[in-house]
Amino acid sequence: MSAAIVEARGVHKYFGGLHVLKGVDLAVRERELVFVIGPSGSGKSTLLRCLNRLEEPSDGSITVDGIDMLDRRTDINKARQRIGMVFQSFNLYPHMTALGNVALALRRVQGMSRAAAEARARQALERVHLADRAGHYPGQLSGGQQQRVAIARAIALEPRVMLFDEPTSALDPELVGGVLQAMRELRESGMTMVVVSHEMGFARAAADRVVFMDGGRIVEEGPPEAIFGNPQQERTRAFIGQIERH
Amino acid sequence: MTNWDRFLDSFFNARVAAEYLPKIIEGFWLTILLAACIILAGVAAGLALAVLRSLGIRVLNWAIIFVVDLFRALPPLVIIALLYFGLPAAGLSLSGFAAAWLALSLVLMAFTEEIFWAGITAVPKGQWEAARSTGLGFLDTFTLVVLPQAVRMVIPPLTNRTIAITKGTALASVVAVQEILGAAQAGVSFSFNPTPLTLGAVAYLVLFLPVVILGRWVETRFAWKR
Ligand SMILES: Nc1ncnc2c1ncn2[C@@H]1O[C@H](COP(=O)(O)OP(=O)(O)OP(=O)(O)O)[C@@H](O)[C@H]1O
Ligand SMILES: [Mg+2]
Repeated sequence: MSAAIVEARGVHKYFGGLHVLKGVDLAVRERELVFVIGPSGSGKSTLLRCLNRLEEPSDGSITVDGIDMLDRRTDINKARQRIGMVFQSFNLYPHMTALGNVALALRRVQGMSRAAAEARARQALERVHLADRAGHYPGQLSGGQQQRVAIARAIALEPRVMLFDEPTSALDPELVGGVLQAMRELRESGMTMVVVSHEMGFARAAADRVVFMDGGRIVEEGPPEAIFGNPQQERTRAFIGQIERH
Repeated sequence: MTNWDRFLDSFFNARVAAEYLPKIIEGFWLTILLAACIILAGVAAGLALAVLRSLGIRVLNWAIIFVVDLFRALPPLVIIALLYFGLPAAGLSLSGFAAAWLALSLVLMAFTEEIFWAGITAVPKGQWEAARSTGLGFLDTFTLVVLPQAVRMVIPPLTNRTIAITKGTALASVVAVQEILGAAQAGVSFSFNPTPLTLGAVAYLVLFLPVVILGRWVETRFAWKR
């Protein structure tokens, strides 16, 4: 068993008086795909956002690829390049082309020349099968294409782990497949991934482990067959039953 | 002489028009110069204040909001008068041109700051998060991701506000600046005939009608699909 790339221990998060994460422990091994499910408001997004410190955890420790993410001396901008993130709402820069979106951080953060950054950006777009859309602006792309550009933007930085926060939830059903396909290919390339999503079919097919969260805690975790087929906790059972009826 | 003849003689007197046209044309160029100086200084200062405000330094933000509200609340003419008639008492005297420029630049700065600030805060939080998650720092995210979107959003209101304030250049006539209105009024008092005012109105139309039309065009051009 390989070492953990992501290791969160005892993570708590308060928003004012609201206790949203109540001591979460999560370790993700290299090349592992961890799927996070749970009811709305259970803290899935917050947990993901703590991992790259978009949210500041109130307590606990987080290491990613050996870097202590909460240490004040850590260069957070440098650390974040090892952690790709894909958002539900894509968040592409509307004033830049697909290529510009992908190349921006390569140029500004990794200090590549324009030519080198654009070459690498093109490769990343090829990996999500959008090389032919490099010159398009987000407004000229479908939601599914935008999300794949967002994936390209993250993987161009060659991160050690990718975080997905409901990457297909904002998409029309017919566009979901392309995004899942891109994620599947990414998985096959050996990327470590943490995915918050309701795509149970994808979870069954691709996840190594499913984590069920409720009320700011991890209630149960295990291989997809176990969590979906034979959940041990009452709350997990209720949740799985609920989504499978949909 | 009928009333109609008297009217024509008053407002469209060819002899008076010919005599004062050169003065009005000089005033026309002076108005353009004054307006250009106001736009440059006002927009630049307003943008600078909005950028400073984005840093989120509380004391600084209070100061910025105070200054902005002050210059949005005071009538521009009062500011011009204060600078022109008031500053000499403090041992500092400004020319009429400088007083009008400074006053209107401050007013434009105040409105511009508010407009840019509204644009900056209207950029979705997800834009910040996406950029920061790729390792971009605050400054890069602000200048390369957020500000370009904010600028684009605010171009229509900024254009309209700028047009409105540059029309305020007519106020400079009060402090003896021979811009269009000043030149026209001087013409009236020398000739005892209001025809120079007619010329002045025409000069304002020549100057501002294209600008207003441009503003309309900008408004449709930047009504964009995200
Ligand atoms: N910035 C914030 N300020 C205050 N409360 C917040 C903030 N972000 C999240 N919360 C609250 O924290 C709780 C957990 O939110 P979170 O977004 O992590 O849930 P989630 O599991 O991702 O839910 P969903 O499935 O709806 O996305 C919710 O009650 C939410 O209202
Ligand atoms: Mg969420």
